[in-house]
Amino acid sequence: MKTARLSIRRGTGDEPARYEEFSVPFEDGGTVLDALIWIRAQRDPSLAMRYSCISANVCKECTIAVDGKVVYACTTRLVADRTMALDPLPGKRRLRDLVTETRSPRERL
Amino acid sequence: MTLLETDVLIVGAGGAGMYAAISAARAGAERVLLIDKSLVGRGGATIMAQMTVAAALAEESADDWRLHLDDTLAAGRGLCDETLASVLCEEAPTRIREMGEWQVGWARRDTGRIAQVTAPGHSRPRCCYVDFLNTGPAVAATLRRQVSRIDSVRRVSNLTVTDLVIADGAVVGAVALDTASGEPVTIAATATIIATGGLTRIYRRNSASANMGGDGYALALMAGASLVDMEFVQFFPIGHLAPRLVGMDPIMWDPFRYKLGGRLLDGAGNEFLARYGSTETDAYTTPRDIASYAITQEVAAGRGSPHGGVYLSFEHVPATALREAFGPVIERLARNGIDLARAPVEVSPIAHYHMGGIVVDKHMASAVPGLYAAGEAVGGANGANRLSGNAIPEAMVFGERAGRSAASASRVAGWRDSAAAEAVERIRELGEGRPGNVAAGGLLDELRALMGDDVGPLRNAAGLARALARLGDMRAALGDAAIAPGRECNASLADWFELRASLIAAEAVTRAALARRESRGAHQRADFPDSSPEFAKSQSVAMELAGSVTAGFGR
Repeated sequence: MKTARLSIRRGTGDEPARYEEFSVPFEDGGTVLDALIWIRAQRDPSLAMRYSCISANVCKECTIAVDGKVVYACTTRLVADRTMALDPLPGKRRLRDLVTETRSPRERL
Repeated sequence: MTLLETDVLIVGAGGAGMYAAISAARAGAERVLLIDKSLVGRGGATIMAQMTVAAALAEESADDWRLHLDDTLAAGRGLCDETLASVLCEEAPTRIREMGEWQVGWARRDTGRIAQVTAPGHSRPRCCYVDFLNTGPAVAATLRRQVSRIDSVRRVSNLTVTDLVIADGAVVGAVALDTASGEPVTIAATATIIATGGLTRIYRRNSASANMGGDGYALALMAGASLVDMEFVQFFPIGHLAPRLVGMDPIMWDPFRYKLGGRLLDGAGNEFLARYGSTETDAYTTPRDIASYAITQEVAAGRGSPHGGVYLSFEHVPATALREAFGPVIERLARNGIDLARAPVEVSPIAHYHMGGIVVDKHMASAVPGLYAAGEAVGGANGANRLSGNAIPEAMVFGERAGRSAASASRVAGWRDSAAAEAVERIRELGEGRPGNVAAGGLLDELRALMGDDVGPLRNAAGLARALARLGDMRAALGDAAIAPGRECNASLADWFELRASLIAAEAVTRAALARRESRGAHQRADFPDSSPEFAKSQSVAMELAGSVTAGFGR
């Protein structure tokens, strides 16, 4: 079976940058969000990310940086031939792994 | 620990929750707290809806809410709570027009009238929409905008209610998990509205947001409220199956069937709906329960498409007509490698909506003082099968009513820290993390497969009994499930609470399905294929003090 490789920035808050690499099953049409959900289910249940509508691209919660570019994880296709780098959104306070503080200041505790 | 206090607490900030917040503030509540597991106004089912919204507006032809009620009751196969269904149909036009005043952007004809189309099960054109496939996002955005303008509504995102707090037999607030910090939060409230939507996320194939795992049903049961019609899960017949489609809701094909009459074909390319009693010719009129049953049977008989569904074909429609109906959606489909002029797509039933829910009166009050419900979380209005287009008006109408009722609720009992202590302690303890052989996330995946296989569109006693046994094992395993260390944004901690709620909701569905030894609406039993007058009544589900879930026809 073909695989895709993801290098994901891990850790909380201001911890120094640490990347962890995962191999995930690759299927035609598969997305970065599919891969993240697979990693959570099969490899590391603690991987933190935001998503809600699951690939319909209406909630807009799954914005992250892939290879330095800000994208939606749910509409970004996996590629099989190289390692994709996944980072939390730049310019936002990082909470954990790929989760940043994207809540409006008026929607926080 | 954070302590919050409010007059009206609204759990869930989809369409029903946001409407409830607006209405509670409008009715004079000085402090309204609107919270969501996800981001306020981004999760839930409303934002996923593409079309349509049913209301007897009489813009296209003569109509009356009583005619809408007739269609709703017929679709419900004899089980609708007529009081709730009447409220829904009578007040839908007011809410739809109010949304229009709030600039939701209903599609209009050249004459300026709101466009209304005939969806399956409706006797006349009654369903309005926002083009193209934008109804839900437009409704959600409009409600977000309205809510954000009201100073008395405080919004908090990423707050998951894990338990309602009971004092002197009344709901006096809730305990919640603050996802970001992993810490417990207590919320003292005079009235609490459950607006958490349905439970379709407990099925492997679903059209739900990630936060639709049945939390509200579990919260209500644990608080002593009853549920009704829990065996009736609506499977949307033509959910997208293949080729892989992203950036679109899997239930997107319906409006195009209204507009263009797409044909459903078995794996060999033959039409089959007529063999299941459908009289549909060019127009799309087959009700959802019959279409889902027909497709499931075709696949079971080995006549399905390669991925286990059937074909939906628009190949007979001229390219210009396709372009006119689909608009910019054609490009989105092309990015997924789909060209409707050249090839069909594969579709199959997908868990879409839950008819069952919390038992409430016409004020949306449950039998437990202080506890209200709104939207899909409410049971009864749609009986055994929901009419297309009734879900968004239900969110709006029931949301508006619940907010109004909760705003005028008087305090039954005061908050007591001691009543919240166990729930607070549970969050603190689990947040420490712990080792274990099984992860809650893995069990959630197993639960979704189990429900899809054994409690899906076509059921039998053996499968339901197997599911119940496994659900019991999983509930036992919950006590030892592993939780990763680190409180902040701890996904495995959130999974644990989701699994706890989803298992209770799943058991409610399965017990009710096992006890209904007939087929009716969305509940189809291979071992009891016919409807029986003996079962022409609703079934209620309750939780006993020890935590066991029971279903029964006695009232």
